[in-house]
Amino acid sequence: MAKGERDKAGSDVPAGGFVQLLTPDGERFDSATTADGTTYTVDFTDEEYRELYRDLVTVRRLDTEAVALQRQGELGIWASLLGQEAAQVGSGRALRPQDMAFPTYREHGVLYCRGIDPIMPFGLFRGVDQGGWDPNEFRFNTYTIVIGSQTLHATGYAMGVTMDGRTGSADGEAVIAYFGDGATSQGEVNESFVWSGVFNAPIVFFCQNNQYAISEPLERQTRVPLHQRANGYGFPGIRVDGNDVLATYAVTRAALDAARTGQGPTLIEAYTYRMGAHTSSDDPTRYRISSEVESWKAKDPISRLKAFLTKQQLAGEDFFGEVDEGAGKLALDLRERVLAMPDPQPVAMFDNVYPNGSPEIAAQRRAFEDYQASFEGSGH
Amino acid sequence: MAETINLGKALNHGLRRALENDPKVVIMGEDVGKLGGVFRITDGLQKDFGEDRVIDTPLAEAGIIGTAVGLAIRGYRPVCEIQFDGFVFPAYNQIVAQVAKMHYRSKGNVRLPIVIRIPYGGGIGAVEHHSESPEAYFAHTPGLKVVTCSNPADAYTMIQQSIASDDPIIFFEPKRRYWEKGEVDLAGELDGAYPLHAARVARPGTDATVLAYGPMVRVALDAASAAAEDGRELEVIDLRTLSPVDYPVIFESVRRTGRAVVVHEAPGNLGLGAELAARITEECFYSLEAPVLRVTGYDIPYPAARAEEEYLPDLDRVLDAVDRSFGW
Repeated sequence: MAKGERDKAGSDVPAGGFVQLLTPDGERFDSATTADGTTYTVDFTDEEYRELYRDLVTVRRLDTEAVALQRQGELGIWASLLGQEAAQVGSGRALRPQDMAFPTYREHGVLYCRGIDPIMPFGLFRGVDQGGWDPNEFRFNTYTIVIGSQTLHATGYAMGVTMDGRTGSADGEAVIAYFGDGATSQGEVNESFVWSGVFNAPIVFFCQNNQYAISEPLERQTRVPLHQRANGYGFPGIRVDGNDVLATYAVTRAALDAARTGQGPTLIEAYTYRMGAHTSSDDPTRYRISSEVESWKAKDPISRLKAFLTKQQLAGEDFFGEVDEGAGKLALDLRERVLAMPDPQPVAMFDNVYPNGSPEIAAQRRAFEDYQASFEGSGH
Repeated sequence: MAETINLGKALNHGLRRALENDPKVVIMGEDVGKLGGVFRITDGLQKDFGEDRVIDTPLAEAGIIGTAVGLAIRGYRPVCEIQFDGFVFPAYNQIVAQVAKMHYRSKGNVRLPIVIRIPYGGGIGAVEHHSESPEAYFAHTPGLKVVTCSNPADAYTMIQQSIASDDPIIFFEPKRRYWEKGEVDLAGELDGAYPLHAARVARPGTDATVLAYGPMVRVALDAASAAAEDGRELEVIDLRTLSPVDYPVIFESVRRTGRAVVVHEAPGNLGLGAELAARITEECFYSLEAPVLRVTGYDIPYPAARAEEEYLPDLDRVLDAVDRSFGW
């Protein structure tokens, strides 16, 4: 076991090890080399380290604001990313501009890294729309709620990239599909593995193993570590410390570059932990004990990068304070804009059912409008 | 150049023309390449257009539709073949939860111009899952359009129109009519062709309206010929589009004849016939001389092949329903 690929029977490293460049204490390895001889490293400038820190703090702060908004009755529901910031920022920043992402409904951190206004998913969670934005403008698809379905969309899209001749060089395109540990039990996810392998699709399967599918622990989904599943489909699988933003970035960037240069798919298991509830409707105290949550708190993705920045004297309290302040301002701005979101016009529910419309929908829309108009002036 | 060809060959010609006219059209499905499909509908297309345009897929229906969604987001126009009606259900989630809803979800930003071809219906002596009529499941789903052809000329035009449409379309093919011949104008242009989402009067008549689609149009026409010998002129309407249904044509006919009989192979309970009966009753109430009657498959799983002749609506059952209408 080479330096960096940690494999010890400790509480902070899973059996079999994972790629890690930054320990929970903020110790930095120059590189990590896996059993098959692949070496991972990052080469960030001081400024880039600081910006990663800013990303992590910002996405957590926005998430905290969303949780508060839900508790105050301003959102119908919220799926918090708390604890998964490094997995999302590390992979999100590893994407190149031409790459395409297919998210679940929890990828607010990736969305932020794609340069999308963080308010975009709030239409969905506030209940004013279904979360629509233009995937081709942002290179980030709409949120997908049915578990695992988007992995097939990503696979088809990646097949299209190949058909367009956009792989095989350093400026080629790659696709990333996000999903969780629970999704790995879905037939569609396994079908997407089959198809990607068979068609050598330029895709990275990015599994955030946050240890729980709502209440069900990983053991209810698998007998083997998830990254090992890739062997059966004929492409590499690798496990990375998902709370380590540096290692996540390094592993994802390498896998995306392999895909864009024509080397086919990779499965990445980002080993992390959902610190919060599955959604605001969930009560995790019913299925997990607080000592487990505490042990993961010690592996927090933000505090380890902060410790690293401090030890390396790359940043000090002034910087950390400024980052907190900036994130707070963004959160306040987000809050104000969410509160100002107008409710949809009821008649708009008839919009966009079909690209070419339908006489039946048009007739129902007219009838609805007439019905609504019949109340005008009645005082109701 | 009008040619006399069978319905399956007409679909093959239509697919070929779509592949020729638009480089973004791709055909995908199980055995559609080298084999040309189990019914040979895609015969010869992979040889002429290559493995990237006519894709032999892994044996996974959800995968066929799910990857078609991704290809469509990428700008392609996938034409998916589901090998048999009863095999569509593994793909049901992708069709109903994704294909049907993506345009709505994305506020119109994402169009999925996907055609899903499904050979359907019985009458070929097949084993279980090879003879079903699942059209109502899809017609019930907002966001999908559903069409079905009944003759070679329509098959040739409608498959091309479906591929050219930006709406997701479930294209039901009456498999037992694949070998039925008819005249097809292979040089015919889509511009000015009979519209895709329009019903057509297949035989004009004055005494009762028989509504049928897909494989049952032939049965309805045969029934009309037999009725004519008894002095009853049945008007047969080929629905062609099941979602949306082209109601104005139907209402106009029923207001004229005062009687309506709906014929389909699918089970009657909550089938297309139920909706048609409700709508006709609502819109033509004062013109009706009798309730709208239905001639359908029974509310049972599709029976074993040696019993299917008794299950499928036939000429006699249609005429029996017409008699009941007149006897009301």
